[in-house]
Amino acid sequence: MTATGEIKKSVLVSLWFMFLTFPIMVIRVNTVQDVVEWRWLNMAYIGIGTFFISMLWRYMIRRKEREGKKEKTDNLSFAQKIILDKKIFIPLVALTGLFIIVFPHMFSMYQTNIMISALIYVMLGLGLNIVIGLAGLLDLGYVAFFAVGAYSYALLNLHYGLVFWLALPLGGFLALIFGVILGYPVLRLRGDYLAIVTLGFGEIIRLVLENWNEFSFGPSGIPNIPKPPLFGVDLSLSGSIIYLYYIIVGLVIFTIFVINRLENSRIGRAWIALKDDEIACQAMGIDKARTKLRAFGLGAMWAGMAGVIFAAKTTFINPASFTIWESVIILCTVVLGGMGSITGVISGALLLILLPEYLRAFSEFRMIIFGAVLVLMMVFRPGGIINNVRKTYKFQKT
Amino acid sequence: MKPILEVKNMTMAFGGLKAIDSLDISIHQGEIAALIGPNGAGKTTFFNCITGIYKPTSGDIFICPHEKQERLNGLKPNIVTKKGLARTFQNIRLFSSMTVLENVMIGCHSITKAGVLGAIFKNAATKAEENFIVEKAYSILEKIGIEMYVDELATNLPYGAQRRLEIARAMATDPFLLLLDEPAAGMNPMETKSLDDLIIKLRDEENVSILLIEHDMKLVMSLSDNIHVVDYGKKIAEGTPEQIKSNPDVIKAYLGDESEDA
Ligand SMILES: Nc1ncnc2c1ncn2[C@@H]1O[C@H](COP(=O)(O)OP(=O)(O)O)[C@@H](O)[C@H]1O
Ligand SMILES: [Mg+2]
Repeated sequence: MTATGEIKKSVLVSLWFMFLTFPIMVIRVNTVQDVVEWRWLNMAYIGIGTFFISMLWRYMIRRKEREGKKEKTDNLSFAQKIILDKKIFIPLVALTGLFIIVFPHMFSMYQTNIMISALIYVMLGLGLNIVIGLAGLLDLGYVAFFAVGAYSYALLNLHYGLVFWLALPLGGFLALIFGVILGYPVLRLRGDYLAIVTLGFGEIIRLVLENWNEFSFGPSGIPNIPKPPLFGVDLSLSGSIIYLYYIIVGLVIFTIFVINRLENSRIGRAWIALKDDEIACQAMGIDKARTKLRAFGLGAMWAGMAGVIFAAKTTFINPASFTIWESVIILCTVVLGGMGSITGVISGALLLILLPEYLRAFSEFRMIIFGAVLVLMMVFRPGGIINNVRKTYKFQKT
Repeated sequence: MKPILEVKNMTMAFGGLKAIDSLDISIHQGEIAALIGPNGAGKTTFFNCITGIYKPTSGDIFICPHEKQERLNGLKPNIVTKKGLARTFQNIRLFSSMTVLENVMIGCHSITKAGVLGAIFKNAATKAEENFIVEKAYSILEKIGIEMYVDELATNLPYGAQRRLEIARAMATDPFLLLLDEPAAGMNPMETKSLDDLIIKLRDEENVSILLIEHDMKLVMSLSDNIHVVDYGKKIAEGTPEQIKSNPDVIKAYLGDESEDA
């Protein structure tokens, strides 16, 4: 297209935006003096701003198209090349490991707390990644299982004094049971239908927690949930936060290990095959319902364990922590990071949780930045930060 | 001896349309049988019915791999596969994000059993099973003659090799009866010839019986022991290639079809 054509297009876009934003950006009723202010300068800003953004936008789209054409030959992403290169990868892991170990001693308690939250989301993201990334089931009610885990610990501790280390597996197990019970009737649905139904289930669980006062103490929630004690010793506040930090780090490592093993197993292959082609998969003797339920249940189990940690971290839970917004964030971490890729999901979760924390200064614009980042990602890197090219099995002759 | 597959009076109706209409077909041990008929005659639908993808409106499906006869009606596709009926698809349905070897490894799913715990702990039994799967998958690739593509993504294979991979994948389920839906479609004459040899080899060396749907008459006539001809869901003829060649009903059905196509 010619340069004048480009300019004409951008002018039209900016005119359209000026028109759209006119009522909110230009007109202001000054209620004190009872006059209408006309802020024409704002309109000029918007016009010029959109003009350049729309030029940039189209330039980037075109560049992306050109890249897409020549990328075919080399289908490993930059990040994957690093992972495959042992010389870079091992020192990188060692360095990251060292950083993770010293983190709570180097930074403030506040930072450590934020990091714990972020790592909880890493765990949630990795769990949801089993469901979405590996098995291809779009679950929008994932936060329900997070809630099941958190309430399991809170309630069992309140009524029976259950300790953290028992609550952790039990919370996971209860979430797994919930996952299987909820999953069973809905797994014959596909794609968007499954998404809508799971979304409904997520809301139902939250509404039950909100309204069943005798059981869950309703919106006022459950306070005084104990942090995990170290060998029966009650730690100081900072000590217990550091301890919890190491617990969640350990759990994240455990999660990575398990998912890695699952991915390269008979079960993992069945998930991937199921995502590729359901009918062929069944014709190969794979039980569709059972394979899906496994993914759903295992995903739920991880959410449940993350829930227990969450309850221990905040020491107070109420239904407001388990809204659909939470499900959306977890989903975003998976999609943004790169579906099916462990490193992708981890970077996605860290980015999505840490970024808003450090953007608090711009808190008014947080949501706008957040949304803009997501939209830009979807357009320019639809495969996520780490575009997952699955590590396939390489045959070695014996 | 009882037929290994016996379909009795089967009907499959989609609304008002009877895609299969009171069809009887029997396949015997060690046989290469062909199911032919014009486009839309209901051949693929027949496969879908016996493999459990569709539930036939009425009729019975029996298998008799050993002494005992079993009824297949209403079983899920994965159970049917487990019982020893494997199939390929007319419109190739490979697992596109997996390699050739992995595709065949999936075929071993029904004869292996490692679960979630096995996957996580990777104990000796699981490791042995994984090795078994890999070895078996590779040896099948060798038999089918596509082992040179072992680590390629399935989608990157030439068309003829994809069709062969479908057969390899089906063979991994250890079937007693192999159902091939237009295995030669889109192949050049040379590929078709080697497919001919492959099918005979599978029957002789792997001890599977074969039922194939095919439009390539040369292939059908040279391969088949027995041919079943369907048109509009009804069986119009059955017999050896010689009998079928000279059957007036078959000639009519085919000529009619061809004049429509042209
Ligand atoms: N799922 C379905 N729903 C409705 N009609 C179908 C379905 N599957 C097949 N048919 C119809 O059944 C008839 C037979 O189709 P098919 O078995 O694919 O023929 P072919 O002999 O060419 O393999 C066709 O008229 C087709 O439109
Ligand atoms: Mg067909």
